[in-house]
Amino acid sequence: MNFKGIWAQLNIVAQCRKYGLSVWQCPQFLFLIMGLVITISTLTAYAIGTRYIEEPRMVALIVLLTTAILFIIAVIITDSFERLAEANRMKSEFVSIVSHQLRSPLSNLRWALELLMSGKIGKIEEKQLEYFTILKENSNRMKELIEDLLIVSRIETAKLLIKKMEFSLEDLVKELIKELTPFALASNVEIKFLNKEDLPKVFADPSQIRLVIENLLDNAIRYIKGIGVVEIKIESQEKNIYFEIKDNGVGIPKEEQKYIFQKFFRSENVLKYQTQGSGLGLYISKAIIEKLGGEIGFKSQGGIGSTFWFTLPLT
Amino acid sequence: MSKKILFIEDESALQKTFGEILKQEGYEMISAIDGEIGLRLANPPAGGKKPDLILLDLILPKMHGFEVLKKLKEDEETKDIPVIVLTNLERIEDVDKALELGATTYLVKAKYSLEEIVEKIKKALE
Repeated sequence: MNFKGIWAQLNIVAQCRKYGLSVWQCPQFLFLIMGLVITISTLTAYAIGTRYIEEPRMVALIVLLTTAILFIIAVIITDSFERLAEANRMKSEFVSIVSHQLRSPLSNLRWALELLMSGKIGKIEEKQLEYFTILKENSNRMKELIEDLLIVSRIETAKLLIKKMEFSLEDLVKELIKELTPFALASNVEIKFLNKEDLPKVFADPSQIRLVIENLLDNAIRYIKGIGVVEIKIESQEKNIYFEIKDNGVGIPKEEQKYIFQKFFRSENVLKYQTQGSGLGLYISKAIIEKLGGEIGFKSQGGIGSTFWFTLPLT
Repeated sequence: MSKKILFIEDESALQKTFGEILKQEGYEMISAIDGEIGLRLANPPAGGKKPDLILLDLILPKMHGFEVLKKLKEDEETKDIPVIVLTNLERIEDVDKALELGATTYLVKAKYSLEEIVEKIKKALE
């Protein structure tokens, strides 16, 4: 942690403001008060104890009083932590409810657009089609964002649905490559699957793993500017299966690497290259892999490219 | 004679969209805005044609979709009509419960395009 980071931690008023709490409800401030009370009471007890050494009742009374004050502060601190936890739970629930409520009108909108664009209820002009396409693309983006927010709220409330079964990771990867090839070709990117060995099946949730690989593959393609290659390989290890995806894209600047799995983190590259995304994909991917007992990581160099990997236990 | 589909859904915008696309595909669609009307339309009085397939939302006024599904599958007259659940609920418990009660397919609205849903309907009617 650098000096700026240490100062930010010590700036209790700013920390409390970040939580939206008054100082008397803020754990950091209350801990400081407790520390001061302990120090002062220890010194007072020492001073009084040496002066009234002949009067043990007085010393006992002071110790009792100090203990009572510390107990009250501890109760207040516990209460303030509960408030923070409750506020966090309510926030996640709010996101979940809003996302759910947005789903229905959005489905209506997407399907009505699809019907219009199919030309089945009347011919549409080329110019109109252009604008319908914009509407369709944006409603799909909105749909993806809502789905991501729902997953995030499930992760935060420990309600992420996991249904484990045996499946072939290789088949899933091939399927996703097929699905994303049109997007890759349109972005001048070639996807190579470097698999050679016979791989055992994995025991995990295929729909969640699909989401992870889709995120990683989509990112790899999206962050290649110009002509590029994405290489995917899967290897069998002693107890795990190892998945790796390598691109020769713009890479992640070193100073941003520690934030890459954080929720809503948007790299400078996103703004620089005007890349779409919610900043939730890698946060979701990490939560899923860890929930399934695996590990996820990456190495990257700005301007050279990135390699993301994850492992999954075989049983 | 075209096949008849009953759509039990309280959103009029969805009824309109599905009514149109299913008409284009050569089906006849009737709609119900709540579970009670849905049950009546599923089992019309003597002489009336029963639907060949039911599309059922779960969050419905008056009667929950699960209750509608249960009653449809308990009634001798309607138990063989395939039911496709079309909802935004996606908890594993909900999916399992619907399939346990006798739903043919369970579709989460947000995950499918109109074309994909029409394909599922065609398949269920085969």
